Amino acid sequence: MISLTDIIKYFHKGSVNEVFALNSINLEISEGDFVSVIGSNGAGKSTLLNCIAGVFFPDSGSIRIGGTDVTGWPEYKRARLISRVFQDPLLGTCPSATIEQNMALARLRGKKRGLGRGVKKSDRDYFREQLQKLGLGLEDRLLDKVGLLSGGQRQALTMLMATMIRPEVLLLDEHIAALDPKTANQILNLTQEIVSSIKVTTLMITHNMKHAISFGNRLIMLHQGRILLDLRGKEKEGLTVKDLLTQFYQAQGEELAMDSLLLS
Amino acid sequence: MTLYAALGAVEQGLVYGIMVIGVYLTFRILDFPDLTVDGSLPLGASISAVAITSGVNPYLSLLLALAGGFVAGMVTALLNTKFKILHLLASILTMIALYSINIRIMSGPNIALLGVDTVFDSVIRLGVPSHLAGLIVFGLFALLVLLCTIWFLSTEIGQAILATGDNPQMIRSLGVNTHTIIILGVGLSNGLVALSGALVAQNQGAADVGMGIGTIVAGLASVIIGETVFGCTTMARAFIAALLGSIVYRLAIALALGLEFGDFRFNPSDLNLITAILVIGALIAPNLKKRLIQR
Ligand SMILES: Nc1ncnc2c1ncn2[C@@H]1O[C@H](COP(=O)(O)OP(=O)(O)OP(=O)(O)O)[C@@H](O)[C@H]1O
Ligand SMILES: [Mg+2]
Repeated sequence: MISLTDIIKYFHKGSVNEVFALNSINLEISEGDFVSVIGSNGAGKSTLLNCIAGVFFPDSGSIRIGGTDVTGWPEYKRARLISRVFQDPLLGTCPSATIEQNMALARLRGKKRGLGRGVKKSDRDYFREQLQKLGLGLEDRLLDKVGLLSGGQRQALTMLMATMIRPEVLLLDEHIAALDPKTANQILNLTQEIVSSIKVTTLMITHNMKHAISFGNRLIMLHQGRILLDLRGKEKEGLTVKDLLTQFYQAQGEELAMDSLLLS
Repeated sequence: MTLYAALGAVEQGLVYGIMVIGVYLTFRILDFPDLTVDGSLPLGASISAVAITSGVNPYLSLLLALAGGFVAGMVTALLNTKFKILHLLASILTMIALYSINIRIMSGPNIALLGVDTVFDSVIRLGVPSHLAGLIVFGLFALLVLLCTIWFLSTEIGQAILATGDNPQMIRSLGVNTHTIIILGVGLSNGLVALSGALVAQNQGAADVGMGIGTIVAGLASVIIGETVFGCTTMARAFIAALLGSIVYRLAIALALGLEFGDFRFNPSDLNLITAILVIGALIAPNLKKRLIQR
């Protein structure tokens, strides 16, 4: 479904601030996979998702989605295939537009926009029906501006908008990190429900190892721009946070050993 | 203020209101401070005047002016989006270039519309008294532009324009090319400004390269006055407020110019000072009101 080949990404290449953000990433993700992505701050997780989404282009390497080479596609073109939910609840919606206007914008994701009415009467029932699923009472507030909603409500709406028209790939970048624990759990459950009901290939970044272990069928750990661990199926089942940490230090240790070998 | 002066101010408010709607589109909707307008207003005037003097139908000349303004706006937006030049700087560059271009178009700094038919003559020929022709033509055009703008912004493309100003990251991730949207929006805005300039020229009977000076300041003043006095809770209301703000602004100017304190009177050259004071007043009025209520 998604295949990344030798992805290399530098920031500020050649300057004193040079950052080697992605160090030759190779990754094959199958249709319907739910991959949780973990790693310390600055490991390159967001950079990886941004490369897939086309926010910027990798310095080298290729990206294919569903057999199509999208390496040179700009962000807006990849939106046909990809939906995203950001960490900041403010990023996923337009604050000064109403709930129904936001949903109408999302309903046209990746499609041609013309001179038809932005919000059609016939859409409203569909929007209400979708909002009902959230159980937040938003279905009665179609005409409220989204700026009036709480962070959690906005994030739930963003989740819905991202998946209302089924994408090929769903990218979640710490999408619950800015929410209080209770709301975070609600959004996480919503994510699980939606992902399994529309069977969309998903990458979810999280800093919560428990979430990373309990959600999805595959777990990858990034470290300094490399994939350090890639656990799936049996390897991932029954994993504990402790196992994960042990494996991390082991893998890192091997890497350090390799480095010192190369340097010596 | 005499009735005659008030009528003149309303007329001006309406015709420059078309410009203000354009300014609202860039400044408020797209969040794109655009100074191109100081050049695209006389651009519209010169295109229309030259077209009419070479025998083009005056209504058709308005369309040509609109198209010319659109291209000028596109240039600014292209400089900004494709070449990453800061929007303010990009618009100043286009504005400066337009000064020379306008003189080229008119083959001189100004051009008179003597003895040729304008849209006003065509209305007068229908039996409208000549002192009302300006009011009626400007009123109809302003209303038409207002309705078209509100309609356009509620279409699918229009909603994408609103979203581009509000949250470009989000609308890009929904598949909209924000560069194209900015080029379209700034183009449309300057098209309207040029249309406004063309109507002014036809009414005055002349186009002048200097007639655009201060357009942006007047436009901003009208936008801010409109927002303060009439509110901007919905998109439609905001545009109506912009047009009404333009009328209030021109009335306020006319009122100020008519004031007398003993021997002191304002000169037309004090206009910029008055405008600045008006804008400051409108900007601090909401704060002042809050403070007064708290006491
Ligand atoms: N736009 C950018 N310009 C310059 N450097 C960047 C940019 N984006 C990321 N980086 C750098 O690339 C490295 C990887 O950053 P990235 O945001 O991918 O980390 P992350 O794994 O998402 O971390 P976090 O958990 O803190 O979100 C960091 O060193 C970061 O400073
Ligand atoms: Mg990150």
